[in-house]
Amino acid sequence: MSTMAIPQAAAAVHLHDDRPFIRRYIFSTDHKIIGIQFLFMSLLFLLVGGLLAMMMRWQLAWPADAQHPLPGGSLLPETMVAQGIMLPEFYNSLMTMHGTILVFFAIMPLLVGVFANYLIPLQCGAPDMAFPRLNMLSFWTAVPAGVLMVAGFFVQGGHAAAGWTAYAPLSAVPEYSGVSTGQVLWTVSLIILGFSSLMGAVNYISTVINMRAPGMTWFRLPLPVWALFITSVLILLAMPVLAGALILLLFDQVLGTSFYLPQANGEPLLWQHLFWFFGHPEVYILILPAFGFVSEILANGARKPIFGYHAMVLAIVAIAFLGWIVWGHHMFQSGMNPMLGNTFMFSTMVIAVPTAIKVFNWLGTLWRGSIQFQVPMLNAIAFVAMFVIGGLSGVFLASTPVDIFYHDTYFVVAHIHYVLFGGSLFGIFAAITYWFPKMFGRMMSERLGKIHFFLTFLFFNLAFFPMHNLGNAGMMRRIYDYRQYAHLADLQPLNEFISLSAFALGVTQLLFAFNFLWSLFRGKKAEQNPWRANSLEWSAPSPPPHGNFAVTPIVYRGPYEYSSPESAEDYLPQDQPPAEQPVPAPDLVPASS
Amino acid sequence: MSHAAAIAIPQRQPMPGMGVYNLKLGMWVFLLSEVMFFTGLIGAYIILRFAHPGDYARPGEVLNVPLTALNTFILICSSVTMVKAFAAAELGDQRGLRLWLLATVALGAFFLSIQAIEYYKLASEGFVPMASLYNVHGPDGALLGQPLYGMTFYTLTGFHGMHVTIGVLCMSFTTYKAFRGAYTQAGHGGVEIMGLYWHFVDLVWIILFTIVYLI
Repeated sequence: MSTMAIPQAAAAVHLHDDRPFIRRYIFSTDHKIIGIQFLFMSLLFLLVGGLLAMMMRWQLAWPADAQHPLPGGSLLPETMVAQGIMLPEFYNSLMTMHGTILVFFAIMPLLVGVFANYLIPLQCGAPDMAFPRLNMLSFWTAVPAGVLMVAGFFVQGGHAAAGWTAYAPLSAVPEYSGVSTGQVLWTVSLIILGFSSLMGAVNYISTVINMRAPGMTWFRLPLPVWALFITSVLILLAMPVLAGALILLLFDQVLGTSFYLPQANGEPLLWQHLFWFFGHPEVYILILPAFGFVSEILANGARKPIFGYHAMVLAIVAIAFLGWIVWGHHMFQSGMNPMLGNTFMFSTMVIAVPTAIKVFNWLGTLWRGSIQFQVPMLNAIAFVAMFVIGGLSGVFLASTPVDIFYHDTYFVVAHIHYVLFGGSLFGIFAAITYWFPKMFGRMMSERLGKIHFFLTFLFFNLAFFPMHNLGNAGMMRRIYDYRQYAHLADLQPLNEFISLSAFALGVTQLLFAFNFLWSLFRGKKAEQNPWRANSLEWSAPSPPPHGNFAVTPIVYRGPYEYSSPESAEDYLPQDQPPAEQPVPAPDLVPASS
Repeated sequence: MSHAAAIAIPQRQPMPGMGVYNLKLGMWVFLLSEVMFFTGLIGAYIILRFAHPGDYARPGEVLNVPLTALNTFILICSSVTMVKAFAAAELGDQRGLRLWLLATVALGAFFLSIQAIEYYKLASEGFVPMASLYNVHGPDGALLGQPLYGMTFYTLTGFHGMHVTIGVLCMSFTTYKAFRGAYTQAGHGGVEIMGLYWHFVDLVWIILFTIVYLI
């Protein structure tokens, strides 16, 4: 620690913060507090979305079975659960809301809302975001959106029930889905959330471009910042398209227009094009930040420089670009010119190239490293493994002829859960456990963290891998009672097994919640740099004071100089001056000029 | 590391950033998202119109093209006055800044008034935003009031009108601040980003006018 050049006296001046409680913790313009606000909000939604999944799995294990009434079902109104048996309409709502809440209110804010806010200024060496008040507004716009979204459960007619993709005309006319107010609330909530994301994206992009510390050139940025920057560009360009599509849907729902209604010459496929033109980049919004976190944590845990830094950056950019031109692969079954289908098939498969570059670079980083298996590292390694499985099933779904069989089966469900749960959520667990000491100044329990990790890894695979088999057997997704079909009735034991594993997976997450809350108050005090990492956030105190750095840090090198011969220790912080007096080198010419 | 060294080094380090101040950069980034918003809406318009050309009247049959051409000219003029306002701010000409900003606000409000008159006349002739879903054709089977034409027309021009309205409101605030002397020759970022937004809204109108009224 003594090698770190941090003027502690100056930091102590900053630590004294005399803003009143409300300005400090509720309506704060401090990017770190806003990140933590997003963290609590999205963890709450993660819990809600998980609970909805548990209820769905109960129904699928024992479909409409009076022998197995839904636990706690008597607490719910008769319009949802009658005599312990879930009603089909309520199942449709559960399925819709499970997807919507976890995609828009849990995973997306966890990856972007939490870590873009928390990490970007710290890792760039900036005192705060470019627009702190806009940042505060962004969080306080997300909250009413979340309230509106949950409110749908309590309105007449129940919550939105058209799936998280809200395909028109099902979502546009109450006669089809039986839901009116709930579906409108769903639309309005997402429009508001779009505004929140947009304000965030403008902020993140401006901050990365303009607020970097001296010496922090583009190719010295830590990979989480790169990933979050590219993700922000995706959000910036994708969210307005969704907002436009949603506004047209809202007009169809409440004003009686017919943009998506075939009866009056509207185009249902127009919704699908607009939705997936947003929706496919959204897939990368939900995974690119995790790529960044995992790169950082793997290099740190292997005590080696990240393998192929430039290739990693270019792969992120390439994936983001390709993500824009492949939305049609979600519509192979919707009626498409075969020539167009082939184009979308090939462009989709091309994404495997930059993705493989990333995976091989992660493996290259681990290769012959002196790996330390701490909790963040374990989660990061699990991320790579699970993401590869999810990526492989993605290749099946990318090819049109195979997709014609697999589309709308549980194979798709298995695929999305391997990339979203096994991928994004393991990435999030890695990131939360890695940056928890910086956020709260305390360590999370290693022992609890390891138990949580191993149980999650086990039950996750037991729950989601057999879903591939369900898909092979032809079980369709979004089905209330598959036993109506003779050829699916035999799948009940497998479904029961999946459900039991899912319940165990759900209970395991309580361990994480306990570890999180317990460590918040009782955890071991964290040092300034517990992981012996290089990037700038570890040169600030834990937790960093308002304004982050006592003096603006100066950056001399990239963030992955682990086990460098230049240093006696096995890490070399970015802001530590070189041994000799620095001489201006020709490669230090500003990249932007 | 002594403090003196810490201050001396930054000058030798490359200073990152675009050389653009935050507010202007943020506005450019925001306008990118606006481009995508209008692209989505215009794309929807083009798809619906190509799929169902019969629902759309030929140019000039329903819409009053000369009136809107005049309105387009007014909006382009407002871009010119905006440029003059910014030029005045650059020169530190306070009186010019205030007058040109006032002129821009007036032209923007004039544009909105003509759009309101246009909407009123169209609606009174029977060209309404949307017909009832199951009542596609009018009583005499005329082209007027076809739902697809009406709702795409009012949605596209309406969203542009909303952007102009927001622009006029923000510009009024900028003008108020200009009269309070908030902008100096050295610091007039507010005028510049207001201008960026205003030019963007004008540009979108030129595209909309071409697609909706002329083609």
